[in-house]
Amino acid sequence: MSTEATRERGRHRGAGANGSGGDADKQAKAAHSERTRAEARLGWYLAGPAFVIMLAVTLYPILQAFYDSLFRYRLTTPDDRAFIGLENYWVILRDGFFWQSVAVTVLITLVTVVVELILGFALALVMHRAIRRLRGLLRTAILVPYGIITVVSAFAWFYAFDINSGYINHWFGWVPGISTDLNWFAQTGTSLFVIIASEIWKTTPFISLLLLSGLAQVPSDLEEAAEVDGATAWQRFRRVIIPNMKAAIMVAVLFRALDAFRIFDNVFIMTNGANGTTVLSLLAYKTSIGRLEIGLGSAISVLLFLCVILICWVAIKLFKVDLASARGE
Amino acid sequence: MTGTLTGRQRFWWAVIAVVVLVWALFPVVSIFATSFKLPSQLNLGLFWPKTWSTSNYEQILVGDAQTLFLSSLRNSIGISLIATAIAVVLATLAAYAIGRLEFPGKRLILTAALGVSIFPAISIVTPLFNLWRNIGLYDTWLGLIIPYLSLTLPISIWTLAAFFRQIPWELEQAAQVDGATNWQAFRKAIVPLAAPGVFTTALIAFFIAWNDFVYGISLTSTDRARPVPAALAFFTGASQFEEPTGAISAAAVVVTIPVVILVLLFQRQIVAGLTQGAVKG
Repeated sequence: MSTEATRERGRHRGAGANGSGGDADKQAKAAHSERTRAEARLGWYLAGPAFVIMLAVTLYPILQAFYDSLFRYRLTTPDDRAFIGLENYWVILRDGFFWQSVAVTVLITLVTVVVELILGFALALVMHRAIRRLRGLLRTAILVPYGIITVVSAFAWFYAFDINSGYINHWFGWVPGISTDLNWFAQTGTSLFVIIASEIWKTTPFISLLLLSGLAQVPSDLEEAAEVDGATAWQRFRRVIIPNMKAAIMVAVLFRALDAFRIFDNVFIMTNGANGTTVLSLLAYKTSIGRLEIGLGSAISVLLFLCVILICWVAIKLFKVDLASARGE
Repeated sequence: MTGTLTGRQRFWWAVIAVVVLVWALFPVVSIFATSFKLPSQLNLGLFWPKTWSTSNYEQILVGDAQTLFLSSLRNSIGISLIATAIAVVLATLAAYAIGRLEFPGKRLILTAALGVSIFPAISIVTPLFNLWRNIGLYDTWLGLIIPYLSLTLPISIWTLAAFFRQIPWELEQAAQVDGATNWQAFRKAIVPLAAPGVFTTALIAFFIAWNDFVYGISLTSTDRARPVPAALAFFTGASQFEEPTGAISAAAVVVTIPVVILVLLFQRQIVAGLTQGAVKG
């Protein structure tokens, strides 16, 4: 239906352009603005449903979360519901457990982003340089972690390291600190190590594909010119490749940082937050869904949301990440 | 790097390829190996099973974990497919408008898609959990399909807008000049060019819906609507003294096989879709 209307209009446009010489100027202008309006209307008819649904499924709930966060509200005692202003926030911000989960979340985000940037770059360079036959094979291989369910990845890593069903302790018994009695999931540091490893394995392919498409935009004649001028591989990398794909790197880092900050699945499966591994998302989940503290849980959700906004703001204002380039404009 | 390779280059490329393959596939092979281990062999600290046993698969496909696993598989496939279909249809209309028409608010729509795609799912789980319980959507397919749209719609709009930007729309007019009717021109000239983009977008959106865990675990409570990732967290051993390691591994392998097949078949398209929607200079 809609496509037909577009075509109809397209033809009118052609006719108008051809015949405009003889027509009165006013009439042409009126017809033009009528067409513009019709086009705008059609545009919103087509794009409107997607736009409205997108906002309805995110904007409404977050506003509701903010509203709920202003109440003392537990589902176990629903009649006790009362407006308490910002007290939920005050309770949370004074809670050491909250700040610990912020610290763990930030730590996981920083480590995964840095490691993934290095690994992702290496992978992207390998794929970029590889001969065509190899390129298909490599891309297929790295798409496997991308496509796999995060929970499956979490179980795979968990069982490999687990003190009962694992084999890592047997394989790496010669490494100082690792023995068959090492319970990886009994301490914070070792638990986080496995959680981060699974997260990195699962999401590096995405970042490397973003970097690969950035690499494709580095003008190859620039690189060749640098090579002719005697630049070493490292100099070419530092002086030619990196500056030319700064936008791609920034966008990749921002996306990964936002994604890592929301980490939930790996932690839930491996430790469920035990031994100081609770991340912000898990804290929100446990408060709302686990303890049915809707008021407090909503406040944590809103704080998490504000953190994400803050990361975006810092990236755009301080690091000048151009998200328009991410949209292909 | 096309021409012929020297022997040394060939050697190093082979080494690199092996390293990447091992890195990418190791955890998959690891859980595959675990899924064939008997409970008595789990604690041996070996990578491969001593004797290959299919008892874990029997347990989830025909045994006592059957209800839990098969119903979650049905839920996951149904919910993800419906959420993907709705998202792709709506996104195709939106992306067509963005790519082809001039209207105020184009940038607003793209910016909104970007904003929604970075939205933390956990932030909206609490209000949805409360609302769904009140209006009867808790633990239903629809109760998951709706929030899944917040995952699948933005990426679909983005990816498709990037795909549609590259379509030479003049082809349609050219076909009309050559005497094709409107419908013929659209079907013969535009659909073949747009279809791969729509298909790729559907694949990526499906992967994302299929991967969800936050909504799946928060908004369901029984096998009426619980999807696979959430169900995996609810597996229990054959007896209460037994870890469900084998059954979970087998279920993980079963749900990973379709992913591997899709990746093998459509590697080129998935890469194009992922990178076009994201970074373009």
